[in-house]
Amino acid sequence: MRVSTHESASPEGPPAPPWAFEGAWALVRRFLRVPGAIVGLSLLLAITLAAITASWIAPAGPFESVARPLQPPSLAHPMGTDDLGRDLLSGIMHGARTSLLVMVAVAAISSLIGVAVGAVAGFRGGLLDDLLMRATEVVQSVPRFFMAVIVIALFGPGVDRLVVLLGLTSWPILARVVRAETLSLRQREFVEAARSLGASDWRILLRHVLPNIAPAAVVVISLTAGSVILLEAALGFIGLGDPRLMSWGYLASNGQRFLRAAWWLALFPGVAILITVLGLNLVSDALNDLLDPRTLSRAVGRTPGELPPEHVIA
Amino acid sequence: MTNSGYVVRRLMQVVPTVSGILVVVFFMIHLAPGDPVEALAGQSGDAAYYAFMRRKFGLDRPLLEQFFTYAGNILRGDLGTSFIHGRPVFDVILERLPATLLLMGTALALSSLGGIVLGTLAARRPFGRLDLTVGAASLVAYAAPSFWLAQVAVLGLSFYAGVFPIQGMTDARTVTTGFARALDIAHHLVLPALVLALQELALIVRLTRAGLLEASGRDYLRTARAKGLGETRVMTRHALPNALLPVVTIVGGRLGFLFSGVVVVEIVFGWPGLGRVLLSATLARDYPILLGILMLVAFSVVLANLLMDLVYARLDPRIRLT
Repeated sequence: MRVSTHESASPEGPPAPPWAFEGAWALVRRFLRVPGAIVGLSLLLAITLAAITASWIAPAGPFESVARPLQPPSLAHPMGTDDLGRDLLSGIMHGARTSLLVMVAVAAISSLIGVAVGAVAGFRGGLLDDLLMRATEVVQSVPRFFMAVIVIALFGPGVDRLVVLLGLTSWPILARVVRAETLSLRQREFVEAARSLGASDWRILLRHVLPNIAPAAVVVISLTAGSVILLEAALGFIGLGDPRLMSWGYLASNGQRFLRAAWWLALFPGVAILITVLGLNLVSDALNDLLDPRTLSRAVGRTPGELPPEHVIA
Repeated sequence: MTNSGYVVRRLMQVVPTVSGILVVVFFMIHLAPGDPVEALAGQSGDAAYYAFMRRKFGLDRPLLEQFFTYAGNILRGDLGTSFIHGRPVFDVILERLPATLLLMGTALALSSLGGIVLGTLAARRPFGRLDLTVGAASLVAYAAPSFWLAQVAVLGLSFYAGVFPIQGMTDARTVTTGFARALDIAHHLVLPALVLALQELALIVRLTRAGLLEASGRDYLRTARAKGLGETRVMTRHALPNALLPVVTIVGGRLGFLFSGVVVVEIVFGWPGLGRVLLSATLARDYPILLGILMLVAFSVVLANLLMDLVYARLDPRIRLT
């Protein structure tokens, strides 16, 4: 969801964004001056640190009974304990590992597919473009949550198949944005110049087109990552998580069972999810504000000033 | 002014999408571990009996032929028989669908109405106190998982404040009819519908606000003001219709999301809709039901996108797309 507040763009098309002339570091420096970016990055950093240090800092193992059951938050157990006397803080720190693992793996797979499909479609055009975009539309209309439910019901629960499924279905928006960016870059002088110097298609794509697409791609990828976190949690919540791994969705479903008796079991896992997704959305928002919002909206076509709303969960 | 060529072309685009979904689902079932014949006939090892079963269910036919039979059945609404209910999947889904549609419809109405009103109010004074509050709240609502919002709502408003019932669609202790029953259902509906609406509302607020701000500098608004129209009239009659175009599209685009949200919210609130059916089918590995729900959602998404595109093309004469 993009909100653009500044007036820009002449009727002939958007001007080149200022950072285009200043290089990547200028963009990073500008990015770090946006308040939302700082907050978003800090939230993500906190969750990442919790995931990395879980084995050393967490008070107990995620599945280990260490105290009396259903204890409210206390100094010894800051988030309380569950029905089996397991420490909730430890569960949440270890759950962060599962969520981030799924998120990073899915983001990697879907970015690879999305950038490849979008860049090839935009760069080559013609029949190939038509075919790839039709395929993109098909994949985009697949309801990921319900597809995941079926895959897990058919093949059994497991983080590996979840990653494959979400990776294979989460790339359409990225592909459309990358395609549109490639289309507009293809006509630019520096690409023409590279071509006239005899650079091959591959070299032009890798050296001249892709680096210029990267910021817009990151905007979409971080939104997709947020949706993956929410999807993974929702699946865990309905009991389809990987039983060998601690996850936020599983913790929340346990909280549901003891909603009346132990509010803390429902409250904290959701807060962890909220922090992660909010962090990703803030980073995406801040970066998007730096780019010309119109370039992105044109990529997606029909929602002026906005990324398509379909990106979140479908 | 509707471009009939566009309508036909857009209708044709549905064909590859629907076939794509059918192909993927068909091959996924085929790739799944476990032999359906062994599951039905037991592991007797009797080769002749296996062959008989294979022939009986058409499993000895070429894969392509099996696919066309399968696709034909689904397009005719024959989704198979549920393992746990022992009844046609179509009937089971149809029975639970009204409760789910009631919840989704209410949520959609709440989010559209609330989102447009809040977004318009926020856009009146950009970066004013109201704008910042609404903006921050929608950021949080947008990032929160729906089951968590539901749990927090139950904790705060049902357990603590005691304003709303905790679960179900009607009060189990008193049997009511007529108007009293409608009131009872409405009372049970408020909380799940609000929770389900919240995320959509957050999105619509931001879309409306962004659309209004973008429109605010345009010439046609200056013209409207120059004609001496009041600010309220300029906003509601001139800026809003343009700003709302994207809102129309998201209703179609977000339908799949709304379906997954409703499933989770129904589970928390014990709402007797598709969510409960999905949950029990998941626990029992009742594939026909799960596939039936997937098909329902997928086809609804395709259909909604189609409808929204056609509505959009009618509302906005500038759209003449590929």
